[in-house]
Amino acid sequence: MAEEMRVVLRNYGKIDPLNIDDYINAGGYKALEKARSMSQADVIAEVRKSNLRGRGGAGFNAGMKWNFAYGVQADQKYVICNADEGEPGTYKDRIIMENDPHAVFEGMAICGYAIGANKGYIYCRGEYPYVVDLLNQAIAQAKAKGVLGEFDIEVRMGAGAYVCGEETALIESIEGHRGEPRYKPPFPPVSGLWGKPTIVNNVETFANVAQIIEKGGDWYAGLGAASYPGTKVLTLTGDVVNRTVIEVPTNTTIREVIFGFGGGIRDGKKFKAVQIGGTSGGFIPESLLDTPIDFDSMTAIGAVLGSGAVFVMDETRDIVDVVERIAGFFEHESCGKCAPCREGTMRMYELMKKVKSGKGTVKDIELMKKLGGVMSVACLCGLGQAAPSPVLTTITHFRADYDAKLQ
Amino acid sequence: MADYKDIIARYTAVPGGIIEAFHAIQKEMSYLPEEAIIAAAEAFKVPVAQAYGVATFYSYLSVKSRGKNVIRICESAPCHVAGAAEVVAALEKALGIKMGETTPDGKFTLEFTECVGQCQATPVITINGKPYGDVTPDKVAGILAAY
Ligand SMILES: Cc1cc2nc3c(=O)[nH]c(=O)nc-3n(C[C@H](O)[C@H](O)[C@H](O)COP(=O)(O)O)c2cc1C
Ligand code: SF4
Ligand code: FES
Repeated sequence: MAEEMRVVLRNYGKIDPLNIDDYINAGGYKALEKARSMSQADVIAEVRKSNLRGRGGAGFNAGMKWNFAYGVQADQKYVICNADEGEPGTYKDRIIMENDPHAVFEGMAICGYAIGANKGYIYCRGEYPYVVDLLNQAIAQAKAKGVLGEFDIEVRMGAGAYVCGEETALIESIEGHRGEPRYKPPFPPVSGLWGKPTIVNNVETFANVAQIIEKGGDWYAGLGAASYPGTKVLTLTGDVVNRTVIEVPTNTTIREVIFGFGGGIRDGKKFKAVQIGGTSGGFIPESLLDTPIDFDSMTAIGAVLGSGAVFVMDETRDIVDVVERIAGFFEHESCGKCAPCREGTMRMYELMKKVKSGKGTVKDIELMKKLGGVMSVACLCGLGQAAPSPVLTTITHFRADYDAKLQ
Repeated sequence: MADYKDIIARYTAVPGGIIEAFHAIQKEMSYLPEEAIIAAAEAFKVPVAQAYGVATFYSYLSVKSRGKNVIRICESAPCHVAGAAEVVAALEKALGIKMGETTPDGKFTLEFTECVGQCQATPVITINGKPYGDVTPDKVAGILAAY
């Protein structure tokens, strides 16, 4: 069986997160020192060479993004760490921050140096008040030691809105507004927080950076799958034996994740479906389990890697029941700014409730397919665009569950 | 109990600090009273409607009076399949109220929430932000006894 590979979680269980000396003794903050001895352009080139792609869901090349912000002249720039982690079934950013906060700070400070920003924010979800406390203590230690130099980090707390994980909604929230996504362009690297060039990266993305600077972009580019190299931290939930967090190279297959690391299905039952990437991810049937988890392979099967949540369902689970709950989630979390999502998530939830209650017809299924198709192109942000995916992929792969309930 | 005016004053110098101020007020008072929202609007120099807009946008902030202890039950899919509905039933029975309600003595409020990021131990509830995992109906009484 494949082995775990710990890059992001290299210090997991080995250091005391609230003792900065532990981090430093494990080689911490050396990469920041090294980066500061390089030119800004060389730091960005190294990150680009590593082909590190965002771990927050969109999979954009981190070095390329940094290069945009580097190229803009401005009196002030910002680095934001996206720790909003609202995808149901996901808790990997919490694990990273709770166990190795300085790895995140170091990545942010390297980014700050590279693009020319002296101020960083960590936007941490409101459901993690204990993580906010830990981060603030760790920041105080870093300040006392002077390891961050001129780079300042401030923690802001979210307040229970899933959409605030979307980077422009997050920026609005830090500014003290309702967390509604902005129209793009301009993109944040050009005009973000208070109109200034801003890099938003995920916690896990930042936690990779110090290792890349220390060991080189070529080293990182050689790990896992070629087009999405490195590792991915996954959280296993649902009907799997080991409900746990793992970090694996990105060329690991879904089958290895569930049946190897996950230990298979609970209570000797059979596998039915897995939803990867959080609640907006597609549902995957048995026949596609040999797909590697990397970004592009997942996209190719109509699914996503997303946040790396792995939600496993056994043979007894009613897909319609689960998807109805998910449709309720989107109806609740839609921010209401654009009509296709505001109305679409509401209608989709209504239709799913109708099907679940046994009153649905074949016509309703066709309607959901049509509605989903429109939403995926017409919605303003990724929330509305991805919301129909669980419905559409289950109609494709688990149609029997729907048919059993139709009139 | 700190006065909400003092709390607000601590955040007015923070750019965009109105949400931080709301968090701090709610920590003291468990919800955001109307006067506090109006005072915040004044202090942050935004229209009252805008301050309301912020306060009502976020599910963590409440403009409705709530009990001293706010119990939230995760209803996201992983908790849903793990039996969140049975936990809801047990809590409603133990407290004699329905979801969304507050006990007559003002001690407890029951609310739904989406995933709170403790999905290694579904189903999950939180009380005043503190998570409890692997909750079963027979664990409910023991958990409540600590409040
Ligand atoms: C509805 C929605 C929710 C999102 N939630 C998160 C989140 O919780 N954490 C995150 O890092 N990115 C989230 N994203 C993606 C961000 O918009 C952004 O792409 C990401 O933070 C960029 O960082 P990365 O390139 O390092 O992945 C979300 C996007 C959408 C549309
Ligand atoms: S797609 Fe949904 S969440 Fe996104 S802006 Fe439109 S209404 Fe808001
Ligand atoms: S799904 Fe309930 S805590 Fe994550």
